[in-house]
Amino acid sequence: MTAVEPQLPVETPDALEVGTTATTTVKGRSRIPWRFLGSRALFYLFTLWAAITINFFLPRLMKGDAVDQYLARNRNVTPEAADALRALLGIDTDKSMWQQYIDYWGLMLRGDLGVSLLHGLRPVGEVISQALPWTVGLVGFATIISFLIGTIGGAVIGWRRGSRSEIMIPITTFLSTIPYFWLGLLAIALFSVNLKWFPIGKAYGVGYSPEFTPEFIGQVIHHGTLPAVTIIIASLGGWMLGMRNMMLTVLDEDYITVAQAKGMPNSRVLWRYAARNAVLPQIQSFALSIGFIVGGTIVMEMVFSYPGVGKLLLDATNGKDYALMQGVFLVITLSVLVANILADIAYAFLDPRTRQTEA
Amino acid sequence: MTTLEFDSVTKVYHVRGAGQMKALDDVSFTLSSGQTIGLVGQSGSGKSTIAKILTQLETPTSGEIRLDGKPIPRRGKGLRDYRQQLRMVFQDPFASLNPYHSIRHHIERPLRLDDVVPKREVEDEVRRLLDRVRLEPDSVIDRRPHELSGGQRQRVAIARALASRPRLLVADEPVSMLDVSIRMGVLNLLADLQREEGLGVLYITHDLATARHFSDEILVLNQGKVVESGTADDVILRPQNPYTQELRAASPDPESHFASAPGLSGGTR
Amino acid sequence: MTTTATIRMARTEDPTPNTFWARLGSAFAMFRNAKSITGLVILGFFVLVAIFADVLAPFSPTQVDNTARFQPPSPEHWLGTTHIGEDVLSQVIHGTRGVIVVGFLAAILATVIAIVVGVVSGYVRGWKSEGLSALTNVFLVIPGLPLIIIVASMFEEPPLVLIAAVLGITGWAWGARVLRAQTMSLRNRDFVQAARANGEPLRRIITVEMLPNLMALIAASFVGTVTAAILGLTTLSYIGVIPVNTYNWGTILNWASAQGAFRQNQWWWYLPPGLCIAAIGVALSLINFGIDEYVNPRLRSAGERARAMKKKGLNVNDAVTAVRAVEVPTSRREARE
Repeated sequence: MTAVEPQLPVETPDALEVGTTATTTVKGRSRIPWRFLGSRALFYLFTLWAAITINFFLPRLMKGDAVDQYLARNRNVTPEAADALRALLGIDTDKSMWQQYIDYWGLMLRGDLGVSLLHGLRPVGEVISQALPWTVGLVGFATIISFLIGTIGGAVIGWRRGSRSEIMIPITTFLSTIPYFWLGLLAIALFSVNLKWFPIGKAYGVGYSPEFTPEFIGQVIHHGTLPAVTIIIASLGGWMLGMRNMMLTVLDEDYITVAQAKGMPNSRVLWRYAARNAVLPQIQSFALSIGFIVGGTIVMEMVFSYPGVGKLLLDATNGKDYALMQGVFLVITLSVLVANILADIAYAFLDPRTRQTEA
Repeated sequence: MTTLEFDSVTKVYHVRGAGQMKALDDVSFTLSSGQTIGLVGQSGSGKSTIAKILTQLETPTSGEIRLDGKPIPRRGKGLRDYRQQLRMVFQDPFASLNPYHSIRHHIERPLRLDDVVPKREVEDEVRRLLDRVRLEPDSVIDRRPHELSGGQRQRVAIARALASRPRLLVADEPVSMLDVSIRMGVLNLLADLQREEGLGVLYITHDLATARHFSDEILVLNQGKVVESGTADDVILRPQNPYTQELRAASPDPESHFASAPGLSGGTR
Repeated sequence: MTTTATIRMARTEDPTPNTFWARLGSAFAMFRNAKSITGLVILGFFVLVAIFADVLAPFSPTQVDNTARFQPPSPEHWLGTTHIGEDVLSQVIHGTRGVIVVGFLAAILATVIAIVVGVVSGYVRGWKSEGLSALTNVFLVIPGLPLIIIVASMFEEPPLVLIAAVLGITGWAWGARVLRAQTMSLRNRDFVQAARANGEPLRRIITVEMLPNLMALIAASFVGTVTAAILGLTTLSYIGVIPVNTYNWGTILNWASAQGAFRQNQWWWYLPPGLCIAAIGVALSLINFGIDEYVNPRLRSAGERARAMKKKGLNVNDAVTAVRAVEVPTSRREARE
């Protein structure tokens, strides 16, 4: 007799990883990863609550007189707006902290974020909603392009391991360790001041107002090129490096060798097998990096005077417009949450393992 | 004489999203010192779960484990005493040793933890244990696990298990990840140690041949249930249960197979 | 039963001696490759500059010289002068101190928190683990820079230590997440189970058994956090959230930008600080590359293997090696002949 394990037919094909290889289960698995999405949704609700609560406490942590003087400076505020501001910022009130918290949630649910001092007492919500499309448009566009170029480039470089294309890795990594604002300033110095190819800042020319004419859109593109290109260059390195590393790990797996031995054309192995598996952690890190992308936005908008939410936050901070500060922070956090949710949904459908159980 | 009773133990795992998984279903057996019991079954039959429950890495859903008639305490000194009495040798010789630490560290720890010998004798005891598992102490004691071969690592694992001078040993597929040519060496070592120290050994394996060779009694496990038990010869040579019969039939036996294959000239391999 | 003879090991090399220095040396094996060493050298250079700033700088950074304003580099001022005649080189040298101090302080704080939260949440099970993980994820999702801006704006003159603390508190989450994942995988490894079965107390399992195996990750996380803290500090200084009387490369750029240096091509003022930030960033990235290759040897060897095969005329992506045609016998009788 030999020591080979007897191969008996296994009844149920599911062997779920739970610390045992026992193969008898009661229920099966579903197509839509409800468990996964459900737990993520719960997490995001919790984060939302945390963000709103942090927002609640922020102005109350500031030195008392600064916030009290805020209303004192602004006599032109309507009584309703004044009440809202009191509830938002916690000034000038005898109510208990808990009562303030409840009032605050009331405002949040009504979408009332107070009025902005710096912007002629217009509602904060309105001010932000004007600036938001600029940020989302530019940064969203640039980030997606950067992600695509970086991921595809990283896949190709990983596939052609050891070739001269590897030089791209240190180059792009160097470009991403350069502080972003400096890169932006250099770009302005070079392309705007010296070569005069692009305008120095802003989203569109002075004297124009937003409308859907080709001329205006041309302006937007012209003004937006430099900021977009700097974002792309600065963030390319991270995507490329991550993808290339994952590719190297995946290409070592046996199923790649099997695919090639079967005679599958190289392009299919590269894209349908290797890259498809290597991209999963990329999407995860994309979701995680959204918070950092937001930080980059603030800097970019300052350097290029771009009228997005980042610049709004900076102006509000410098001008001590507390209501606007609070509002912008909330909106930024919400955007990050939404982007994370979208990335999670994409991940859930791309990775079949999420449809099984997470033990 | 030490006796371990595994009494009507059931273990159910709850898996999120997939319901329940019954790893063990009303399993009972008794292990006494001086005796080797072979636990046989295919992957997924629950063998490793029994090992984990015995070493208190998992707790049973129902049923009880008793040492010398007394149930195992869940914590405190009673648990420590129990742990000293029953030690395990793991299946994967690479994973069961910490890659960062020397062999000396691995064998010292149980000696220190259980105060087996006074401090000044610890080094000597480490060497004595290495010698017992037929490794030359000087050449091994300062090395890291990755510098040793699989067989050597498994011997170190056995030495570590013996350090606290237990009465009972659980060997969870101790040779299934070793080269075939060195398996008998390690198994013979285990058999010698069992005889010399009067240990009670639970030998978990999927290999019927070695189970029969080394065990006094054999238990056959299928999907968490004991389907057959008896003396080694009875179970292997005269299996009653259809599953056991299938197991025996499924074990490849090259001599009988090639003798009946057409076309190739007869004769031994 | 047969008895086996004692196994003797062939005398290859002497095993690593059990001395303190030898063990320290092998603990730092992750740094012993070309990339890490280069990075460490560059980093060391900056650390030395920070320590000896007073001695190295030819002028005091605040020394005003109204006769030499906006000067390009000259033998007297190697990097030229600012809008009020301060020596740029001295400012850059002094600026190193703030950057290094804040960078390392923030990273130490963040890494300690990351280790505690990450390892504990990876080791325990159940709601405690999930709770700590949720906390980590919250800190990951809430955008850091806006929060820091708002917090920093609440203080008149935030001291450097406070900035470092805030950067550390907003920056620990990534490392904690990575450490948690790795701890969870380590926890199920047999040697941890063996330690538990032997009755090792929890604190020893974590510190003696698991932590050494996490060292590479912790080092990489630390280095990454230093990079992030330095970039964060200089960005905040440039924006102006941190008051401009503290010295670091970011504040120099703030003045340069405010004085129109970018528009007036005064490259000696705005290039050096930025290049220094980039240089430190490159150094830290190199160290992390080195650690990466140590942890994942595939990264290093993949390229080498491909180049070696190329020399022999093979493409590494042709996983199947061509075999010369073999005569296949068509009947068993032929095979026996």
